Amino acid sequence: MLYFLQQLINGLTLGAMYGLIAIGYSMVYGIIGMINFAHGEIYMIGAFLSIICFTLLGILGITWVPLALLIVLLVAMACTSAYGWTVERLAYRPLRGSFRLAPLISAIGMSIFLQNYVQLLQGANVKPLPPVIIGGFVFGAGGGFTVTVSYVQIIILLLTVALMVAFSYLIGHTPLGRAQRACQQDLTMAGLCGVNVDRTISLTFVMGAALAAVAGIMATLYYGVIDFFIGFLAGVKAFTAAVLGGIGSIPGAMLGGLLLGMVEAFWSGYFSIEYKDVAAFSILILVLIFLPSGLLGRPEVEKV
Amino acid sequence: MAGRVLGATTAATTGIDWPAALKECLAAALVALVLFLPLVGMRTVRVEGGAGLDFRFGWVAIGVAAVFAGRFLLVALRTVRPGTVGAVTAPIARIPALFGPYTQFLVIGGVVFAFVLPFLPFANRYVVDIATTVLIYVMLGWGLNIVVGLAGLLDLGYVAFYAVGAYSYALLAINFDLSFWECLPLAGAFAAFMGVVLGFPVLRLRGDYLAIVTLGFGEIIRIILLNWYDVTNGPNGLSAIPRPSFFGLEFTRSPDEGEAAFHEFFGLSYSSLHRVQFLYFLILILALVTNAFVLRIRKLPISRAWEALREDEIACRALGINPTNTKLTAFALGAMFGGFAGSFFATRQGFISPESFTFIESALVLAIVVLGGMGSQVGVVLAALVLVLLPEFGREFAQFRMLLFGAAMVMIMIWRPRGLLAHREPTIHLHPVAAAPP
Repeated sequence: MLYFLQQLINGLTLGAMYGLIAIGYSMVYGIIGMINFAHGEIYMIGAFLSIICFTLLGILGITWVPLALLIVLLVAMACTSAYGWTVERLAYRPLRGSFRLAPLISAIGMSIFLQNYVQLLQGANVKPLPPVIIGGFVFGAGGGFTVTVSYVQIIILLLTVALMVAFSYLIGHTPLGRAQRACQQDLTMAGLCGVNVDRTISLTFVMGAALAAVAGIMATLYYGVIDFFIGFLAGVKAFTAAVLGGIGSIPGAMLGGLLLGMVEAFWSGYFSIEYKDVAAFSILILVLIFLPSGLLGRPEVEKV
Repeated sequence: MAGRVLGATTAATTGIDWPAALKECLAAALVALVLFLPLVGMRTVRVEGGAGLDFRFGWVAIGVAAVFAGRFLLVALRTVRPGTVGAVTAPIARIPALFGPYTQFLVIGGVVFAFVLPFLPFANRYVVDIATTVLIYVMLGWGLNIVVGLAGLLDLGYVAFYAVGAYSYALLAINFDLSFWECLPLAGAFAAFMGVVLGFPVLRLRGDYLAIVTLGFGEIIRIILLNWYDVTNGPNGLSAIPRPSFFGLEFTRSPDEGEAAFHEFFGLSYSSLHRVQFLYFLILILALVTNAFVLRIRKLPISRAWEALREDEIACRALGINPTNTKLTAFALGAMFGGFAGSFFATRQGFISPESFTFIESALVLAIVVLGGMGSQVGVVLAALVLVLLPEFGREFAQFRMLLFGAAMVMIMIWRPRGLLAHREPTIHLHPVAAAPP
């Protein structure tokens, strides 16, 4: 039972990160119907920015953890958003109205580019971050097995909940959110009604990138090591999460992320850790075959 | 056309709007500063007792200045001569038309050159080796071209079939002592079977979903190869894979008792170059067979159905074409050629491990198809030549290779989305001459 609880907590932590990345996929897919293949690299850039920022703060002597965390959050979110915006502006916007697969191929090119860009600039070796937040709660002491909830895990879960609340407000109750929902329903009609479509799409990429940056910071804090290749696998898994929850639906993306994180944690905990990626990919294939619109998505109607 | 000329004259007379241009350039430079300052300007390094930073603000300054200048150039070009920005690639667009009448001769010349290449004076072992690598990618490109170019299905896991071919050859040859020529069809059949197994459930999906699923499939195959120790020997890979023989004649200095080696049979002195040359001709013939197959099948109804499906699936369904079966044949055939190329790869290397079958390899083959022009056979050859040969020119270049691939894929999609050499004419005209557009 305690072992189960431990896997549940690990799974939720992992799932929170997947969910935050998945929201970026889901929003972009909802509005312009493309898979932003480079989104995983945006998350990777967020992780690198956070490690650079933590190191810089260490050099500058700012070591009070809450302040450092806040600064890193703001800087990494802002800078990663700039990357998200630039990617959309350079690689996707000129392709609107091109043939069906063009944006996807362009996104794959962008993903390869960003991966090698970071590798060339920051080096190919693994980047470690000395633990910033140490310690945690331990339950079930006295028995054989104990459950550990580290402070990092608590921060990740709290931060995710806070972001989700803020985000739901943004989508549901602001002019920007209304414009996004309008674009999701019908891009052309929204444009005719006076919504600035280009700006809305840009801001969607910015928001997705900011959330991916938070996931990047969490990964840096949680694992303590990153490299330039983490974006690929995280990206594919987050996409799986988005599909599982129903692509285009934001609560669905979060739900899918949590489910996928738990599946992965339980799979590694009870079966084999080597095949945990196979489990994630198999879920993707099974969901696409048997439940193409996901758990919370609306079925897609193909029109001539 | 008239509108563009009119626009040009009016814009040229007004000249550059300096404040607006400056504002635009400054905005671009500011974004560049935000992008470059942390990632370019600071590099994390390991120092005594933890992590440190290596500052490179000079690079940031150069980068920002370059963005500023580039943006200004763009604005100036746009104002002075509207239309030039988009027309930069126009000369490239004319290349196919330029060579159009001579394509036949060029292709025949190319094939003849490929056949005599190993006997030319400069063709040492290194040159033949590189040429063999180029041909492997040409063959993979042609195989993937069936799936991506003709049928319009984006396959990001093509390397999985390459891996299946390589491992089936290696396992069959090692465990059952079958020869290369016995294994080749089996490896192709296994790969095609995997294509059908994967394709059957997922080919109903929309194009971009299919891309991600194939990518996932490629990774699944790689992870299985990595962890199934009993069969694949895990990350250590399979070694001592039998090399091919020339109709039973081995390429060894001292053959087994009672058997003749290649050089003895033909009365030549032994040279290790013989095997390299033989492998070169082997892949050349395999590639040409692939090409002949594709060129022939393009004239059959099945290929017409692929191309029609690529253009409009709903219309095809209305015309009674079964989309799943049609796509499945394309998928299986593409996989089969991937399997052939894979078994050649295994016999050439003599050693295979999951390292050789990563996503990057899939991306490379896809880049060859995309850059060459989806559906163009000659384009694939040129793209494979460029992508394989360029890194050979220097270590510095090899470092930037993937970076440039990525950038090139984006730029090709923006400027010439059908690929550099693609020219898509309808393969059949209703009224052959009269209906051709002027």
